[in-house]
Amino acid sequence: MKLTSGWTWIKIYTLLIYVWMFTPIVAVVLLSFNPQQFGSFPMEGFSFRWYAKLAGNATILGAFKNSLVLGSLTAVLTTAIGIPAAMAFVRYQFPGKETLNTLLLTPIMIPEVVLGVALLIFIRWLQQPKSFALLLIGHVVLTLPYVLLVVQARLVGIKKEYEEAAQTLGASPFQTFRSITFPLLAPAIFAGMLFSFTISFDDVTATLFWATAQNQTVPVKIFGMLRNSISPEINALGTVMIVLTVSIPLLAGYLSRRFARGNGA
Amino acid sequence: MKSDKWKPWALLAPSLTAVFLLLVIPVCFVVVYSFWLRAPSGGDIPAFQFGNYAKFFADFFYPSLVIRTLRVALETVVLCLVMGYIPAYFFYRTESKLKPFLMILIMLPFWISFIIRTLSWINILGDTGLINHVFIKAGVIDNPLPMLYNEGAVLMGLLQYLLPFMILNIYVSLEGIDKSLTEAAKSLGCTEWQAFKEVTLPLSLPGVSAGCLLVFVLTCGTYLPPMILGGPGNDMIANLIFKRIVGTLDWPFGSALSTILLALLGVIVYTYNRYLGINQIFKTLQ
Repeated sequence: MKLTSGWTWIKIYTLLIYVWMFTPIVAVVLLSFNPQQFGSFPMEGFSFRWYAKLAGNATILGAFKNSLVLGSLTAVLTTAIGIPAAMAFVRYQFPGKETLNTLLLTPIMIPEVVLGVALLIFIRWLQQPKSFALLLIGHVVLTLPYVLLVVQARLVGIKKEYEEAAQTLGASPFQTFRSITFPLLAPAIFAGMLFSFTISFDDVTATLFWATAQNQTVPVKIFGMLRNSISPEINALGTVMIVLTVSIPLLAGYLSRRFARGNGA
Repeated sequence: MKSDKWKPWALLAPSLTAVFLLLVIPVCFVVVYSFWLRAPSGGDIPAFQFGNYAKFFADFFYPSLVIRTLRVALETVVLCLVMGYIPAYFFYRTESKLKPFLMILIMLPFWISFIIRTLSWINILGDTGLINHVFIKAGVIDNPLPMLYNEGAVLMGLLQYLLPFMILNIYVSLEGIDKSLTEAAKSLGCTEWQAFKEVTLPLSLPGVSAGCLLVFVLTCGTYLPPMILGGPGNDMIANLIFKRIVGTLDWPFGSALSTILLALLGVIVYTYNRYLGINQIFKTLQ
């Protein structure tokens, strides 16, 4: 590549965009270690004071537990219904395929606010109270299209011939699934689960409609804490969230590369 | 393979049921509710009347909120484009070994909760935030500049949320361009800039327009940045919906507002799909 002066400017511009994007996030992490009362610059030392305070806060720990349980159940449920659907789209030809695929992806294009309102009104019409179940079904709807997209992309790479070969060689359908299809599918399942877990764990826009004081997730709790103004505690809680939800996809990427190498694919 | 016909439907059944029951029907309910009445006691009365819509158009306050939403969304789209095209082009052309790392970095914000990304700007723009701290320390100003609780702050939050979507859409489109085309243009005597203008730029437009649509639609449906970073005059339509549904529990009017937002975005997405096709967006999200 020719190093024209134009290219230098492109590099500088891109660098500046990165700086712009990450300065606020780095500030959250840095300030969470600032022992000073008001959670603002300048840094006056380095302490885990606010983390210790978080660890002693029962409602925050409760919110964490809620978020973890909700995210895990969402991941299991969404993947359980999403993988078969993705297989149908990748493996079979049937009338109305394109339309149905678009239909299952529309939740992405429907504003989360409307999604939040819609499910809430539905529950109200059914005369059910807001509950943990509402959060769970809401998060399943919210994450399903993303799981479909991710899993479909992975499935395209798995050839049907492997299964056909196994069956030709005398394997039963169950044996074929257990020793051929499932191992090949595992990375897709894994990716789908991590994806829906993270989306569920992070979501705030729709969740604020569905959550109650008893069923708070961490982002909802942060929203409630913000009412008073930003505090070092919020920065610390934000940092814990960032570390958790950022390390998950990075780990997933690493593991799926290991997987791929292990399969020799 | 005739006997296989039922298989895809069996595989699809759970997902279709979930989306139909938990999305299609509830959204229909929103539309139905928007014609209902609100009793003085706070209960809802089934009815078919246009009072909620009349209320929306009776006071210019409500339409003005929609106009502001559209204006802010348009500003966000333009700024995302200005800020996003060059980094996307950088990814396309760079041969740096750091490219995979830089690509992961640009996607990292997707994995950080929207609420954290939004509130993180308070640490930067607030009275005791980074910018004011640096300026006061440097002696440029004596008193903190008020940078929070205005439209600029709202735009910062929106841009940080939406820029990765724009960059990725453009990048995917650029990546699909055969690089030998620009080589051909240059060997025929085009300068680098001419080759970009005549070949690369036009071929990247599908990604640009897909990114613009996605950013526009997502901006119109969000209430967090105006709520956290904006002042009283920065509310958008989604903020109003949130206040009516969660705050004052005015279900019928909240439903009417949701229906209006949905209809507006529906028209925009439909028009876009009619002329440009929507699949590009789903392609990028993979």
